[in-house]
Amino acid sequence: MTLTLEDTLKWLHGFDATVTAQKAYLSELDTPIGDGDHGNNLARGAAAIEDALGKQEPADLTAALKTIAMALVSKVGGASGALYGTAFLEMAKASRETQEVADLLAAGLAGLQKRGGATTGEKTMIDVWAPVVAAAKAGNLTTQVIDDAVQATKPMKATKGRASYVGDNSIGHLDPGSVSSGYLFSEMLKAGVTA
Amino acid sequence: MSLGIIIVSHVDKIAAGVQTLISQVAADVSVTIAGGTDDGGVGTSVEKIQQAISDNKADEILAFYDLGSAKMNLELAQDFSDKPVHLYDVALVEGAYTAAALLQAGVDRTAVEAQLADLKIK
Ligand SMILES: Nc1ncnc2c1ncn2[C@@H]1O[C@H](COP(=O)(O)OP(=O)(O)OP(=O)(O)O)[C@@H](O)[C@H]1O
Ligand SMILES: [Mg+2]
Repeated sequence: MTLTLEDTLKWLHGFDATVTAQKAYLSELDTPIGDGDHGNNLARGAAAIEDALGKQEPADLTAALKTIAMALVSKVGGASGALYGTAFLEMAKASRETQEVADLLAAGLAGLQKRGGATTGEKTMIDVWAPVVAAAKAGNLTTQVIDDAVQATKPMKATKGRASYVGDNSIGHLDPGSVSSGYLFSEMLKAGVTA
Repeated sequence: MSLGIIIVSHVDKIAAGVQTLISQVAADVSVTIAGGTDDGGVGTSVEKIQQAISDNKADEILAFYDLGSAKMNLELAQDFSDKPVHLYDVALVEGAYTAAALLQAGVDRTAVEAQLADLKIK
């Protein structure tokens, strides 16, 4: 299906509410394998998105995605801001050519890979984005696909990001960025966007 | 083309400390810094990095940085910048010091990069 401006706004409002509610949990996940700020970072991003969207109703899908991207890039202040921000920036660019959900998410994933240099299996949000994009392309994205991808980061050893500094000690913990990416895609499905 | 240095760190005092250290051997090199988040916390800020790039008196920038998001946010700022910005995956203190000392001695970017190659860590 194609992504509309209306669905995008609904989707992001849902995501903003969820990360704000889960702020403490996301930061807690970031504590044993990171610096304990993921929830705080994203809650700041969520507030910035709400602020930016509230100030001026975006004219179209591209404008909305770009507004979201700039809010994340400028307000999050961590790896996840640069990463989510770049993903939304690439989706905004791609949305001039296509509004197909799977294609837009694929453009977002390509942006994440360009910015962070990670590939699958390195215990980062790529481990959720990649299977989600694959399922979306096949037309069978479900909450089960999302949840499985998030859980699969637990036994992985981190080789990118802050968690890579603790080496083997990263094994056995969920990756915080993967959990928040799981929220992003679950909220997308909840907003009625299917792929 | 004049060459300047920017220092990007998660902590404002680290950025300021490296600036103090390298300015001692490079009085004529423009060194600007971006340390911490906009609200003074630990992290990196694209806006601060953009500011450090534009405040730098040089028209071409050599960038040195610490962990994780420092590089990603630098690359974002690089995408938005008119000045050429070069990133080096080297030890922050040693890399910035090497570049500063060499720039003060008047060497060009190729020669600086040859010295930096030995300090690669990331
Ligand atoms: N290179 C990378 N590629 C993809 N995802 C990454 C990368 N580095 C980190 N991440 C993701 O970012 C999440 C951490 O985000 P967070 O907001 O806590 O930033 P941070 O790592 O604390 O930033 P900083 O580097 O400024 O300390 C990780 O859980 C991981 O999913
Ligand atoms: Mg963190």
